[in-house]
Amino acid sequence: MFDVIIIGAGVTGAAAAWGLARFQGKVCVLEKAEDVCCGTSKANSGIVHAGFDAIPGTRKAYYNIEGSRMMEQLCKNLKVPYQRCGALVVCDDLNFSQGLEELYQKGIANGVEGLEIITDQKRLRELEPNISPGAAAALYAPTSAVVCPFELNLAMAEQAKQQGTEFYFNTEVQEIEAMEGGYRLETSRGRFESRYVVNAAGVYADYFHNMVSEKKIHITPRKGEYCLLDKGTGSHVFHTIFALPDKMGKGVLVTPTAHGNLLLGPTATDIENREGVGTTAEGLEKVMADSAHHVRDIPVRQVITSFAGLRAHEDGDDFIIGEPKDAPGFYDCAGIESPGLTSAPAIGKEAAEVIAKALCLKENPDFSELRKGQVHLSELTLEEQRELIRKDPAYGNIICRCETISEGEIRDALRSPLGAKSLDGVKRRTRAGMGRCQGGFCSPRVMELIARERGISQEEVTKAGGNSKVILAVTKEGTRE
Amino acid sequence: MKTYDIVIVGGGPAGLAAAVAAKEQGIDKILILERDAELGGILNQCIHNGFGLHTFQEELTGPEYAGRFIDQVKELGIPYLLHTMVLHIDHRKRVTYVNQQDGMCQIQAKSLILAMGCRERSRGALNIPGYRPAGIFSAGTAQRLVNMEGYLPGKKVVILGSGDIGLIMARRMTLEGAQVEAVAELMPYSGGLKRNIVQCLDDFQIPLLLSHTVVRIEGKERLRSVTLAQVGQDRKPIPGTERTYECDTLLLSVGLVPENELSRETGMKMNPVTAGPVVDEKLSTDIRGIFACGNVLHVHDLVDYVSEEAGAAGKNAAEYVKRDHDQPEEGKTAPYEFEQEPGESAPIEIVVRGGVRYTVPALIHARPPKEDVTIRFRVGNVYRNCYVAVYVDEERILRRKKQIMAPGEMETVVVKKELLTGQTQTVTVCIEEA
Ligand SMILES: Cc1cc2nc3c(=O)[nH]c(=O)nc-3n(C[C@H](O)[C@H](O)[C@H](O)COP(=O)(O)OP(=O)(O)OC[C@H]3O[C@@H](n4cnc5c(N)ncnc54)[C@H](O)[C@@H]3O)c2cc1C
Ligand SMILES: Cc1cc2nc3c(=O)[nH]c(=O)nc-3n(C[C@H](O)[C@H](O)[C@H](O)COP(=O)(O)OP(=O)(O)OC[C@H]3O[C@@H](n4cnc5c(N)ncnc54)[C@H](O)[C@@H]3O)c2cc1C
Repeated sequence: MFDVIIIGAGVTGAAAAWGLARFQGKVCVLEKAEDVCCGTSKANSGIVHAGFDAIPGTRKAYYNIEGSRMMEQLCKNLKVPYQRCGALVVCDDLNFSQGLEELYQKGIANGVEGLEIITDQKRLRELEPNISPGAAAALYAPTSAVVCPFELNLAMAEQAKQQGTEFYFNTEVQEIEAMEGGYRLETSRGRFESRYVVNAAGVYADYFHNMVSEKKIHITPRKGEYCLLDKGTGSHVFHTIFALPDKMGKGVLVTPTAHGNLLLGPTATDIENREGVGTTAEGLEKVMADSAHHVRDIPVRQVITSFAGLRAHEDGDDFIIGEPKDAPGFYDCAGIESPGLTSAPAIGKEAAEVIAKALCLKENPDFSELRKGQVHLSELTLEEQRELIRKDPAYGNIICRCETISEGEIRDALRSPLGAKSLDGVKRRTRAGMGRCQGGFCSPRVMELIARERGISQEEVTKAGGNSKVILAVTKEGTRE
Repeated sequence: MKTYDIVIVGGGPAGLAAAVAAKEQGIDKILILERDAELGGILNQCIHNGFGLHTFQEELTGPEYAGRFIDQVKELGIPYLLHTMVLHIDHRKRVTYVNQQDGMCQIQAKSLILAMGCRERSRGALNIPGYRPAGIFSAGTAQRLVNMEGYLPGKKVVILGSGDIGLIMARRMTLEGAQVEAVAELMPYSGGLKRNIVQCLDDFQIPLLLSHTVVRIEGKERLRSVTLAQVGQDRKPIPGTERTYECDTLLLSVGLVPENELSRETGMKMNPVTAGPVVDEKLSTDIRGIFACGNVLHVHDLVDYVSEEAGAAGKNAAEYVKRDHDQPEEGKTAPYEFEQEPGESAPIEIVVRGGVRYTVPALIHARPPKEDVTIRFRVGNVYRNCYVAVYVDEERILRRKKQIMAPGEMETVVVKKELLTGQTQTVTVCIEEA
């Protein structure tokens, strides 16, 4: 019997686990994928929203502001790439600048600091030289930031793991029912029982909610497609550039990422398939067309990949957080669409406090705010690099040429507390394979390392777990060996 | 900081031939830096026949061809480092590399030869929509898996792009027992060599679908199917022409990109058409003492020409060093100026017209040059029964009939040195209709 079971190891589930790691309790995370950060948390804009967009008084507004305030220090503590680059919402026509004014007022009501409407053309172009010539005015939000979503998700999960939280991957929750003193969960890997359940199942959160509560909710996957440009292009803009939002969301933005790429997107299309993360020709065209609208001369020839993520859009248009009246002990984190990444630390912290109180969990004296984290060769000074390679030559063997990732770093990612198991797992932890050649060069080499570290044959190595094997057979000569 | 006369980045056919040529000119302090486990570059994974017909008048496999040059490098005692990745170079010809023994190292070169080869364009660069399952490989990655590691990436294959690697892999996968359903090519012509189409597709009855592209990729974990559609003249898919192929593997052979991230760091002038540096007849870039050759300069189809070009680069680098050009000191003159003899006048520009996409070299400095100038180029379309013409200023000096010219094959013309005088302003290379 667990004290708490968390369904889902996305950023919300990981934040809940991280929050609960401050307390003594028997906690586990059940995740149907093979790794953390396999759902929406891996495919989003990576923006720490300032909070001017959410309607005042909503849960989205509250957690956004709280999360945004926590994020900088948290990222420092957990060694997560974070840059406070600020955001500009641009508007082409002064006649529409009332839209900016409305955002500004919402932001003030929500408590966003430093907001300012800029109509001075000279200043606007000083702030952002590549803004489109048509831009007439902008709302400036200096507290907006970018974060590496993979690392944030992973770091919080790792901290929990260090404190004894158990992670069950490839474990799909199928049924939930209330029982005396808690809940019983049927999964693809057997039965689990727990006093409390945190429902952080992303686009599937309504399924589980509806299994235990009479007050039904409904989530629609709302697809957002992106194009990512090569490293170095991130300096094309200095801020996250938004257009004025519409009813489907914040529209296509142009932003530097925490690693210096340029990201264009997302679109917003409601779909039915909750696994429907394929990109479409129309979607990618829209990304290109809309982003060119507010930023000029985007180096589109340097696109290195495209991807899509699904927002868990709930009909009520707000986050659903806490226990339904008719299902005590079942803590919902449902409808966590944007700004869910920003809000995660605040949502997780609060969930943990509420649950710890209900279960009378004691504080955990061993909890540490600080994460040791991984070595990133390319972020060190020349002297540090020399020292590191002298001590451990594996850091001198470069495996990924585009991102300059060494064998040592990949090995660390495979051996870390929640070690990578697949090519994508290595990629999200180290960036090997995330560069301009998209793994063309390094994937055979990374496969070798995965096989070596995990004691499996290369044929068993997968791209992302499950049935995603990379190699399907050995060659005629290979079998003769 | 250790100093070398010539540092060569990349130990593929280009780097090797350049090293041998420089050594033969009497330069001893040479260093080849290669990131792979062995010398030979991309040839190590090209185990098919067909290399060296020009250079050695025999048909060799890739590794055999490379082996001839590797032997020479070893016999001549030219030093090289393997497992060594060059991370930075700058316009003062300082090179930063890393390997397990030396760690992070900086060295100074008097002359630098760029021979980093090229990489394949990835799916992302094409923005092909769909899911991102396992089973999508660039053809070169698949070639490495099959030929060097002994693994078969898949059993039912569709290939997008008819570049040479894709064609060769169509045959290779077939010989390994895989079923190659089709090779789809966006353009109305193939980007590969004619002989590869015959020997790799026709001989195995693999259909080549010209003017086709991938419009859908299905499969969440492993690839399940791809949908191809015909494209119109605007290269956009024509609705109603879609056909879905069940397969577990999609190979992409959609073009090669010279690997010039290092070159760009120096600020040298680049040619947007080739994505390689702009060079003169000595294969010198616009940074004095930095030369480029092989696929990093422009994508070659035949390695023989790579060796030839690289030999010239090595020789010219050696001459540069022997003339004892000292390093531009810190803060002294701008480095961005072509290597030039004292008293030389403005360079002769090589102009391209009528279907010629680019030339290497792009300009000629010495007049008259010491040797006849070999100009290599590619055309942008398929031309039948046309003429290649070369003009020196207004005067036509060469007109050669060609039955067929295609973007997949590199063309060469040679301009006699006597024709290029102090008065010459331009050389024009163009295609003329009959
Ligand atoms: C296009 C787009 C752009 C966005 N941009 C931003 C942004 O810039 N800033 C921001 O703050 N937010 C942004 N968001 C929102 C943010 O990405 C999400 O709110 C956040 O990632 C949600 O995290 P999650 O953990 O709730 O969901 P997920 O990451 O989807 O995690 C849910 C997990 O539950 C698992 N699961 C599901 N069903 C089961 C089951 N039956 N058994 C076991 N496990 C199960 C899934 O496998 C998954 O790992 C964006 C979202 C999208 C789609
Ligand atoms: C699949 C395929 C089939 C071919 N078939 C034929 C054929 O049938 N007949 C024929 O004549 N030609 C063929 N070719 C062409 C021929 O192989 C190439 O033109 C030739 O290999 C190019 O030589 P290169 O030295 O310029 O580049 P490469 O062979 O690519 O060598 C470049 C070297 O530089 C190294 N390098 C790059 N960057 C760095 C760095 N930063 N630090 C250290 N080292 C670095 C690389 O590891 C590599 O070893 C084929 C090519 C391919 C890819």
